[in-house]
Amino acid sequence: MLDVLIFATLNGLVTGLLLFMLASGLTLIFSMMGVLNFAHASFYMLGAYFAYSLSLYFGFWTGLIFAPLIVGVLGALVERYGLRRVHQAGHVAELVFTFGLAFLIEEAVQFFWGRDTKSYQSPDVLNFALFTLFGQEFSAYRGFMIAISVGIFIGLYYVLTRSRVGIIIQAAITHPNTVANLGHNVPLIFMGVFGVGTALAGVAGVIAGPVLTTFPGMATVLGSIVFVIVVIGGLGSLAGAFIASLLIGLLQSFAIASDVGMEDLLDLFGISFPYDHALADLWGLTLPQVAPILPFLLLVLVLIFRPTGLMGKREE
Amino acid sequence: MLEVRNLHAFYGKSHILHGVNFNVAEGEIVSLLGRNGVGRSTTVKTIMGEVAPQGSILFKGEEIAGRKSFEIAHRGLGYVPENRDIFPTLTVRQNLVLGMKSTKHQGRWTLDEVFAMFPNLGARADVPGGVLSGGEQQMLCMCRTLMGDPDMIMIDEPTEGLAPKVVEQVGDLLQEIAKRGVSILLVEQKLSIALRISHRLYVMGHGKIVYEGTPDSLRQADEVRAEWLEV
Repeated sequence: MLDVLIFATLNGLVTGLLLFMLASGLTLIFSMMGVLNFAHASFYMLGAYFAYSLSLYFGFWTGLIFAPLIVGVLGALVERYGLRRVHQAGHVAELVFTFGLAFLIEEAVQFFWGRDTKSYQSPDVLNFALFTLFGQEFSAYRGFMIAISVGIFIGLYYVLTRSRVGIIIQAAITHPNTVANLGHNVPLIFMGVFGVGTALAGVAGVIAGPVLTTFPGMATVLGSIVFVIVVIGGLGSLAGAFIASLLIGLLQSFAIASDVGMEDLLDLFGISFPYDHALADLWGLTLPQVAPILPFLLLVLVLIFRPTGLMGKREE
Repeated sequence: MLEVRNLHAFYGKSHILHGVNFNVAEGEIVSLLGRNGVGRSTTVKTIMGEVAPQGSILFKGEEIAGRKSFEIAHRGLGYVPENRDIFPTLTVRQNLVLGMKSTKHQGRWTLDEVFAMFPNLGARADVPGGVLSGGEQQMLCMCRTLMGDPDMIMIDEPTEGLAPKVVEQVGDLLQEIAKRGVSILLVEQKLSIALRISHRLYVMGHGKIVYEGTPDSLRQADEVRAEWLEV
């Protein structure tokens, strides 16, 4: 029991931190633009593919450094020459633009890399068990994922709350005109935030690629969960996104690790159904089977009972 | 320092400024007076690049009409907006740091000097700006602009909603700023502070300058005050 608890927690932490790497960038960009960037997870996918290609020639570590940089520059260019122009036409146009961009990136990925799954591997240096507990191994690569994510968040937190640049960003998000009047180039700041946000998504792609597999549908798979997270956390709230990311990560990993099902639940109430019942499949459902829909169930519950999300503020 | 010639501005199709002309010399305190809605705030917003200008705006001999706000600020023109846009969640110190255009260039004003001038701000340096009183927020807003080391500042209604004693403090601060060689364009509705500290005054009506003079001449111009200023 204890082994399940420990490993489910660790795996939940890996997933949660990875999700936060995407959710943090998405939240920052949302606060800035006022609309959700539907193409955000596509930058995550690009990170994985660029890193895969770079790793073929220069190894994993080169990919880890350069793929997020390339993704960040691409993101900044998208803001500068795409979103900034579309912004003048209003929020709906921006939303449609990012939606179209997501499709465009997915098609481009299929065009250049093909539809098959790429054998993007974690580096050999990290192919060992970090520790073995109750006969179960925890891979060094997963430990590395936790370390990278935590390191980035400490850095991000420090920059946003302690540095002058962070103060300017915080102020520019809420009061762009005032910040411009103080002599700061707000469009440049927004381009930078967009670039850094997409680069963070790129990092997530680089480190998740070898574990969650690198294939053209990876943006869609994770993208929907990331939107769930920013809504549950409260739109525009970084702290909310952090809590929601860990919550979803842990919820999913505990659901997968558990071996309870509908039958156990019905047993509690002393109800049982014959195995040849027409709805036998429903009574036979197990928690690991429904794990993928749990985040969406949580989203529905949050929207019913707390529409602003965990840490969101109600718009006046 | 600042020379505005034949300035026009529009909000959509509404013609707001109808050829405004005025100037501010170095180290001078000039007030722009007038009732609500005559275009005083629009004038400063247009100079600052927030509203698209038509006409000429020369700052330190250089044409700034059509430039972006941050570029104008970089040339040394500071602006303290009417709504005291302090950043409520940032501390007093962070609000001031935000006003600095660069950490390398040391301007006329330092954090220590500002805190010495306003012990209230110094004592609450690490408190969020949102909890300060209205008067303190106004001081913070002005000091934040000073941290960017401007050669001239434009202040929009700094005394609105403030107690008479605080209004007097604001006046003293403006005189202190001018003594350090910073020109001031004060946009006001209150005659008292404008008459007390200004070197020259302009009165606006219907989107243009309708009177130009000194505090003494305006005191004697009863008909101007009655027609354009008094409610």
